[in-house]
Amino acid sequence: MWNYTDKVKEHFFNPKNAGVLDGANAVGEVGSITCGDALKLMMNVNPATNVIEDARFQTFGCGSAIASSSALTEMIIGKTVDEALLLTNRDIAEYLGGLPPEKMHCSVMGAEALRAAISAYKGEEWDDDHEEGELVCKCFGIDAAMIERAVTVNGLTTLEEVTHYTKAGGSCQTCHEKIEDVLEAVLAKTGALKPAKAHAPGTVGLDAILPLKPKEAPAAAAPKLTNVQRMQAIMLAIEEIRPQIQKDGGDVELVDIDGKDIYVRLSGACSGCSQSAGTMMGVQMKLVEKLGEFIRVKPASLMPAGA
Amino acid sequence: MTGIYLDNNATTRVDPEVLAEMLPLFTQDFGNPSSMHGFGAAVGGKIEWARKQVQALLGAAHDSEVVFTSGGTESDNTAILSALEAYPKKKSIVTSVVEHPAVLALCDYLEKKRGYTVHRIAVDGKGDLDIDAYKAALSEDVAIVSIMWANNETGTIFPIEELAVLAKAVGAVFHTDAVQAVGKIPMKLADSAVDMLSLSGHKLHAPKGIGALYVKRGLRFRPMLRGGHQERSRRAGTENAPGIVGLGAAAQLALVHMQDENTRVKALRDKLEAAILEAVPNCFVTGNPANRLPNTANVAFEYIEGEAILLLLNEHGIAASSGSACTSGSLEPSHVMRAMGVPYTAAHGATRFSLSRETTEAEIDRVIAVVPGIIERLRSLSPYWAGAGAAPKAFAPTYA
Repeated sequence: MWNYTDKVKEHFFNPKNAGVLDGANAVGEVGSITCGDALKLMMNVNPATNVIEDARFQTFGCGSAIASSSALTEMIIGKTVDEALLLTNRDIAEYLGGLPPEKMHCSVMGAEALRAAISAYKGEEWDDDHEEGELVCKCFGIDAAMIERAVTVNGLTTLEEVTHYTKAGGSCQTCHEKIEDVLEAVLAKTGALKPAKAHAPGTVGLDAILPLKPKEAPAAAAPKLTNVQRMQAIMLAIEEIRPQIQKDGGDVELVDIDGKDIYVRLSGACSGCSQSAGTMMGVQMKLVEKLGEFIRVKPASLMPAGA
Repeated sequence: MTGIYLDNNATTRVDPEVLAEMLPLFTQDFGNPSSMHGFGAAVGGKIEWARKQVQALLGAAHDSEVVFTSGGTESDNTAILSALEAYPKKKSIVTSVVEHPAVLALCDYLEKKRGYTVHRIAVDGKGDLDIDAYKAALSEDVAIVSIMWANNETGTIFPIEELAVLAKAVGAVFHTDAVQAVGKIPMKLADSAVDMLSLSGHKLHAPKGIGALYVKRGLRFRPMLRGGHQERSRRAGTENAPGIVGLGAAAQLALVHMQDENTRVKALRDKLEAAILEAVPNCFVTGNPANRLPNTANVAFEYIEGEAILLLLNEHGIAASSGSACTSGSLEPSHVMRAMGVPYTAAHGATRFSLSRETTEAEIDRVIAVVPGIIERLRSLSPYWAGAGAAPKAFAPTYA
């Protein structure tokens, strides 16, 4: 028997926004019946404001797949498309109070469906629209891009975790070496080569990845950027993120840079907002992307005394 | 935990009469049967009584053919490894694709690490064994054939006597994993070609952690566990006396209830199945309906997933089981469903209801009342469901 949280049970037994959304103008479909779970996310996006005004889902899958889909719709209604894009599978898992490690792939399915729907809305080619042959895991149809995203967002370090989060490698196992190659490539890029501590028993929440912080990583092994260039890159990236956060009535400012720890202060509507952890994650993803190295964004309140 | 327990192929409730027989063994007759004093002698007598009960249930010729073990998995491992050791020149094993992991995983290991050739005989859509392939796989190089008597997921029964006779004709040892069959199918091993048979206590209302291996008199046998003379040196280790006595009592009760199992319980199973098939569109019974255990119904519901079904059943206090991937933590639907070629549209929704002599008609009526609503509810959430009888909805995921 899985150890599901009350929140998961609530969203499974009484799913929100289930069913077909007529006239949806943004639809994302992921998974397949062969794989054992599939999600069709339908959204109504206001073309003038880009706000997601309504969202519904249809899901074939287990309890946590249905709960993740329900949670996803609740999380995105009222957000703009760009705000929604900042959501990750971790936000979904966190919203549900955590998922069993083996079930994290359900939250990933939600995040992938969201990306697919938004790409469809924007008329973009989704970067998962790969040619045959680029798949890493043929059993579940998982490509390298999806594995990379799951590894980056969730700080995964082992093959087993990748399987829990994406299902890749969970069947015939012939792709295990390929997955390990992708994993090592991402870890090398981000500098996060230290193995994560074991997950908290039963569930995985935000804190499960905290041990990832590569504390002893030698400064010399880091980036090609000089310290000044790096600082400027960080400041620039934060400036680029601010307008989105200001739209919600909040703000973010850079307080300090301590190696791989970037301290920021959230203010305005962000302070005390239940979504602020999600906002932090959004900022972190943006910075990782811009810098090409693994950093952690932390609230200024966590700065070591005297630093 | 109260409720409607229809997962008896997973495990059964210990019969209160069984428990009553066991209790004195913990605090009163606690001696070691090997000891040279009265404490031990009392226990030794009870163990031999239990051995006779198991002998009777199996229809074995001699009580000494019964070796007590820790359960089905140990019995299966012991049987296969014994035959391989007793016939060191033979390098092949014959088994089926639908065996329990206790056999399959061991065979995989023997193939990979010890260089044995393993023939895994396929089944057809009803779960029946491909007899021609079985005959073709038999040769004088086969040390042991291990084929289950009845399948745990579908209840489909294999023609064990026919298979055993064929195996003996080429000089192979014949073992059967009868964990699901013992207590439900009348047996007379005294007249059978079966050499070894595994059984497990907790599938027949005895506790977990006790089982037995039947070893025909005269068969070459090599022990897996070494260390003591217990069980005539065929299974070392101080006897699990309470478990053994519990298994003996359970064997006695199983014989008493065998008729009930094959009439009343079977009728309840058939009623449940027929009612579900009538009330729910797009579902079917897996396995061979004409040749099954009397207590097992496995229904595959199309376009929905088994774990979700089980969670909703559980809300109604109904315990069942599923061949779906999600319930086990593995990511694949059950190997039995895949071996039978059950389409993926239904394999993930395969749901097993396994009854016991404790199941009542009122319970079955309750399940019949609840199941259609659960299936309809999940289908209303499913992107594949397009209505009764309709082809599945076109649903083109971005990756598939």
